Amino acid sequence: MSTGGGGENVPERRVHDLPLPTYGRGMFGANDTGDTSGYGRLRRPVPFPGPAQRPYGEGLDEIADAFEGGYDDYHTAIEQVVVHRGEITFHVRRESLLDAVRVLRDDEILRFEMCLGVSGVHYPQDVGRELHAVYHFLSITNNNRLRLEVSCPDSDPHIPSIVEVYPTNNWHERETFDFFGIVFDGHPALTRIQMPDDWVGHPQRKDYPLGGIPVEYKGATIPPPDERRAYH
Amino acid sequence: MTDVYSETDSAGRSFTVTGGDWDTVADAAQEDEEGHLVVNMGPQHPSTHGVLRVILALDGETVTECRLAVGYLHTGIEKNTEYRTWTQGVTFVTRADYLMPLYNEAAYCLSVERLLGIENDVPERANVIRVLLMELQRIGSHMVAIATGGMEIGAIAVMTFGFRERELILDCLELITGLRLNHAYIRPGGVVQDLPVDAEEKVREFVKVMRRNLGDYAKLLNENDIFKGRLKGVATLDLPGCMALGVTGPMLRAAGMPWDLRKAQPYCGYEDYEFDVVTADGADAYDRYLIRFEEMKESLDIIEQCLDRLGPPGEKPVMVDDPKIAWPARLAVGSDGQGNSLDHIRHIMGESMEALIHHFKLVTEGFRVPAGQAYVPIESPKGELGAHVVSDGGTRPYRVHLRDPSFANLQAVPAMAEGGMVADVIVAIASVDPVLGGVDR
Repeated sequence: MSTGGGGENVPERRVHDLPLPTYGRGMFGANDTGDTSGYGRLRRPVPFPGPAQRPYGEGLDEIADAFEGGYDDYHTAIEQVVVHRGEITFHVRRESLLDAVRVLRDDEILRFEMCLGVSGVHYPQDVGRELHAVYHFLSITNNNRLRLEVSCPDSDPHIPSIVEVYPTNNWHERETFDFFGIVFDGHPALTRIQMPDDWVGHPQRKDYPLGGIPVEYKGATIPPPDERRAYH
Repeated sequence: MTDVYSETDSAGRSFTVTGGDWDTVADAAQEDEEGHLVVNMGPQHPSTHGVLRVILALDGETVTECRLAVGYLHTGIEKNTEYRTWTQGVTFVTRADYLMPLYNEAAYCLSVERLLGIENDVPERANVIRVLLMELQRIGSHMVAIATGGMEIGAIAVMTFGFRERELILDCLELITGLRLNHAYIRPGGVVQDLPVDAEEKVREFVKVMRRNLGDYAKLLNENDIFKGRLKGVATLDLPGCMALGVTGPMLRAAGMPWDLRKAQPYCGYEDYEFDVVTADGADAYDRYLIRFEEMKESLDIIEQCLDRLGPPGEKPVMVDDPKIAWPARLAVGSDGQGNSLDHIRHIMGESMEALIHHFKLVTEGFRVPAGQAYVPIESPKGELGAHVVSDGGTRPYRVHLRDPSFANLQAVPAMAEGGMVADVIVAIASVDPVLGGVDR
């Protein structure tokens, strides 16, 4: 993506540490058997899409301009903008989330009338920002979409609830709390929704095992799925 | 047999009623000065559309408060996909909403394809087959919505008719995919195999039968006084309510908003088909029924357009032309039913070393998907269904989240039921058309 030409129009953006990269391990997934190739010790970084430079692409610059124009604290609230495969993601500081979504809903150009819920993602390697909450928004008026991503550390898993702005997120936030342990402050009744009330742990975190038992078939034993050989 | 079990604790008196012994409860409610009764309905109840628990606070026959409890069908589909390859993920997501498995597959596959950057490389024939199957299934899903909705208000004939038509659709899907449900037919990059030779004839025959039967439905229901009496003006939710509660699909269109992702944000080539977006302005249960009814007609139109575009099977590809992604195995009809294609085995074992390597690597490891995240929404029979898919560059999904329309739409039930009659709660739930397999995943 070229930044030349319109360089003076590109606002200086503070680029924070990217959430990742993750690391690919080995080559054949053979860490436990006699791997004589040496490839098993490979460790290669797999970067996630980085911050985007203007222009963001068809239709996306208009969204970013309107967001920037309609939101006074845009530059402090938005950590970075990622454009990948034609989808735009704004990484928002958690303190600013409620203000940001209010702008998305109420701004007369943006008009993101509908929120399609929140889903959690757990990045244990992203120390200090392990838990991410990802929100999808839809503007029916403008027929476009955007995504907000908020992160919080595992040691302080709090993100403000946006139920007062988008009531539909009531159940979605309960689900994300249930599965990831993210506490949505200000939610009217943050309880588990899928797991039983007395369940211990948050099952969709990466440090929560899938579970399962080895299965024996004709003398051979097949380990449960989370203990099988994995390729990365 | 009286099975009234009365107990008094800090929450007040509670009764366990198993039917036929309501007098005791009614008398006890009379004795209570406030006259309030909290009734638990479900999770195992024939009118809750699955395993849904409804808790109702009643004042006489008026619902003062309504709360829903879900989670009884949670099976960890999203977590399980993280331990399988991208291709195997299809077999998990298809089991979420079991009345529209092909939509779950399509939403997931479209997101994976976007991450792979092969959205525009999916062959046209694969897209036509996807649209054909999805529209067949839309009719099936709407049929069940109308059938179970009818049963729940006492119209048993509607239920038997609805399931009879759905059986015809399941026959078509079985012929094409090999399975009645949980097809795992749509795969990243295309579909798993081409249509069988007799599929076009079978589907055309179905369209003919269905057009005739839809006329019968119109005669039976559309102007039926009892049916209208139960549904008209019941369970209303206006447009601002739909927007705030994230309600999509027939419920949103019944509130007057012509929003259909097939038109607004086309996928799988929907921009090439002619069909109308049906709307109504009553925002009530009756209009939601009408919208589903009219949408079935539109789906029949789309199916016919698909059939006209298909041409004979076996000539054009149905999987992306990339040996590093396309599932290598081919199936053929052998003497004992289905089996591996002997041509394919000859190719990998005798002709091409590369083909053998690709087959081996794809089947054992699977393909890698570039790191990133994607969300591709599609218009399912129940509303916006999207798969939020995150990849860390590996051979397995890092995270898959299904934004299921039933999950979001079900939140609207208290808004529709509170202040109404207790009998209308059933109508409100039925008009949402929730499938708890999708809600709980």
